[in-house]
Amino acid sequence: MIPDPNANASGETAPGALHDAYLAVRLLALAPQALGGIALRGGGPARDLVIDALRAHVPPEQPWRRLPGHIDDDRLTGGTDVAASLAAGRVVHQRGLMAEVAGGVLSVPMAERLREDLSGRLAQALDNAASTGAGFTLILLDDGVETDERPPLSLLERIAFECDLSGLRALVDAPAFGESAIALEAVAPLPDDALMILAATAEALGVASIRPLLFAGVTARAHAALAGRTSVELPDLEAAARLVLAPRATRLPPEPESEGDQPPPPSDKDEPRQNDDPQDQQQDGAPPEDRVLEAAQAAIPRDVLDQIASGRAMRSARGGGTGRRTGSKLRGRPLSARPGMPGGGVRLALVDTLRAAIPWQPIRQREPSVREGGMIRFRRDDLRVRRFEERSTTVTVFCVDASGSAAVARLAEAKGAVELILAAAYVKRTEVALIAFRGSGADVLLPPTRSLTRAKRALAELPGGGGTPLATGITLARQLGEAITSRGRTPMFVFLTDGSANIAADGTPGRPQAREDALAAARGMAAAGCDALVIDISPRPRPDAEQLAEAMRARYLPLPMADARKLQAALVTAQPEPRPAQRARR
Amino acid sequence: MARFPFSAIVGQDEMKLALLIAAVDPSIGGVMVFGDRGTGKSTAARALAGLLPPIMVMDGCRFGCAPAAGPRTCPVPCTASAGGGKAHKQPVPFVDLPLGATEDRVLGSLDLERALRTGEKVFEPGLLARAHRGFLYIDEINLLEDHLVDLLLDVAVSGENVVEREGLSVRHKAKFVLVGSGNPEEGELRPQLLDRFGLAVEVRTPRAIDDRVEIMRRCAAHDGDSVAFGALWAQEDDKILRQIARGQRKLASLEVPDDVLVDAATLCSAVGVDGLRGELTLMRAARSIAALNGAKTVRREHLLQIAPMALRHRLRRDILDETGSTTRIERAIAEHFG
Repeated sequence: MIPDPNANASGETAPGALHDAYLAVRLLALAPQALGGIALRGGGPARDLVIDALRAHVPPEQPWRRLPGHIDDDRLTGGTDVAASLAAGRVVHQRGLMAEVAGGVLSVPMAERLREDLSGRLAQALDNAASTGAGFTLILLDDGVETDERPPLSLLERIAFECDLSGLRALVDAPAFGESAIALEAVAPLPDDALMILAATAEALGVASIRPLLFAGVTARAHAALAGRTSVELPDLEAAARLVLAPRATRLPPEPESEGDQPPPPSDKDEPRQNDDPQDQQQDGAPPEDRVLEAAQAAIPRDVLDQIASGRAMRSARGGGTGRRTGSKLRGRPLSARPGMPGGGVRLALVDTLRAAIPWQPIRQREPSVREGGMIRFRRDDLRVRRFEERSTTVTVFCVDASGSAAVARLAEAKGAVELILAAAYVKRTEVALIAFRGSGADVLLPPTRSLTRAKRALAELPGGGGTPLATGITLARQLGEAITSRGRTPMFVFLTDGSANIAADGTPGRPQAREDALAAARGMAAAGCDALVIDISPRPRPDAEQLAEAMRARYLPLPMADARKLQAALVTAQPEPRPAQRARR
Repeated sequence: MARFPFSAIVGQDEMKLALLIAAVDPSIGGVMVFGDRGTGKSTAARALAGLLPPIMVMDGCRFGCAPAAGPRTCPVPCTASAGGGKAHKQPVPFVDLPLGATEDRVLGSLDLERALRTGEKVFEPGLLARAHRGFLYIDEINLLEDHLVDLLLDVAVSGENVVEREGLSVRHKAKFVLVGSGNPEEGELRPQLLDRFGLAVEVRTPRAIDDRVEIMRRCAAHDGDSVAFGALWAQEDDKILRQIARGQRKLASLEVPDDVLVDAATLCSAVGVDGLRGELTLMRAARSIAALNGAKTVRREHLLQIAPMALRHRLRRDILDETGSTTRIERAIAEHFG
């Protein structure tokens, strides 16, 4: 257990978190561009207080803008305002939000649902800020609740601070920091031993990326500047570790005993640039990097253990929440254009617009009211927008264990359940695929299809008996899943098995090896990030199937006495919610 | 702020080598960089583009044409003629493709402004045209939509962008070094696409504390005074530049002897690489590195040095075999040539 002085009995985040958030925004105000920004997790009054505190330190003449999630590309980066241009008969440029906010603050509400294309643009703008001089400070307002609902990692990576304010109730006002603050430039660069301490702390916490390390360096200097010091001291490093490194911890540091007896080797090739030695600030016997590490440990988020345990802390690049986006108004099979207003991601079909406007030109030219304009006069009715057909469906892949052990017990039931799902799928226009494994191999009995009759026939013909080549079945399922994903659909796997593998991946019988292979294949599924459900169809639940589900990071559902209808009910509740991208555009 | 000097990048030798090979011989077909965030992938690519000497471009040309003799390769109307046939210097282009880029922006599209003002149907060059003779960098290429990746790889290999849409029919040169990066844990690239990258390197964050401290030190120095920092590394950068220039000169005259070709084929079949791309890339990359090193002829050691980066992304994946591709290649090398 992490010693967490901030956690009180009820487990809610204590005022320490709020204090740190205040400190973070104060530091951010000192070095807004170098630190990139801050992510504030959890809504509520605490977050408003923190934002107010930041606002108090941002000069009022600097722009402060909000980024709505539905913003389109032209508005974000600037470009031609199509509708206005056509109306005016000349090209009307619009300034992009990113240009407007240069040097100021950009606040992103609902950052955990930020679209990939937007986060990509923002990340690029932050990267190029140094060369373009059009940088901004990013505030990510993260309203995520679940562990995997997070702002896009590409953005979290490029900002210094992450503060979790969720569940915070005891509110305090911002303390008065830095009455004796000096400019950041007045603080000397970090001496080598300070760099060493930060690097060792990052290593101990498993922070692999270099960017947080650089942020930590700036934070330490800003913290020193806040205290009016011209050189970085140990408390500054502690603050940097707590604010920047700790929220990014991917592992718990090793026990102090093992850490303490190997202080970082004194590097002999250091240039003698800095002579001031923070060793003399060492108060107790512990080496300074341990103290910095302790400070960081105290601030490790509460759910980091869960995240590490689930292995997903750093996996989802898409910020979760919005589900797998499988299409947009910009892709798919092009259809003919239709009348409509461009904007909001809908693009103008220029040629069709021109085509619509041309026949009316002689009449429109005669109109007295027209000002001087372009050669072609447009009306709103002329506008045509592009359409694409996208079919983004969920494909449910059934992987049925048809081996002797399972078949005897439940195969008939499993078949019944699949048939029921098929009927439901037919209504919802989702697709199904069927994989069966028995004997020494696995087969795709049914590639993804909507054909109910084919599915039924394949099922009816499914024989039972033989060994359980579970590993081969899982591998095949994953391959099929990859094929499905590459076509822009979302696979969802349903394994109906008792989990007792007895045929190894290479086709040889043998229970231990078979089991090991099956678990390895299941971990492969987990690494591929597939949604899966393992339905235990053994007569009474055994640990095998549950372990399999665990390795696959799948939901586990023991069904000791189920009939087909119960099975179907379970499946329907386990299905992912229909996603916004799934509505077919006609 | 001045760019970060290429030679000041700590470690990451394999990635730097792959980029140099691609700079010497862009026909190698792009470099795929696998690795975590914050490992200096884009810094390295950007630094290399900044290191290369400025290129000559025809005035007014929207397609980055070189003032070389011969027929113009621009689509009509060639705007370069308006520039009076003069040329100017400009830095080697480095285009950073944003994740959400649409096909329009990548390929180029109908010039809206011209269409509105004069009713003319004119092609507005996209990012591919801007990257001509330079670098096209795509972060998180594994998250890019497949059809875009397809298109980019196709152009990268053929060196030409063909647009047939919106009533346009345009073709223009687009020769660039494609650098893709991605973290395989966040989604993989389809094997068919991976296979089309020439080289693949794996980068890891330096774990050694000394290296990390050195990185922080250099970044701080660069942030503090980028010009002075650049001057500090100018000599090293010049050395690399001369190496590239020498490599480009020597490349054409270097031939790959038959026994090296046999080695390439042996290695490919030993590790089980499908298709011929593996052999071809091995051959080109070996020639390229021999040219970089100033060698008189291509030897087996050149081949073996670049074999991991030329082949590791072409091996068939076996999720039950936890052995990494690199190890499999090294094992095959030790077995056949050890």
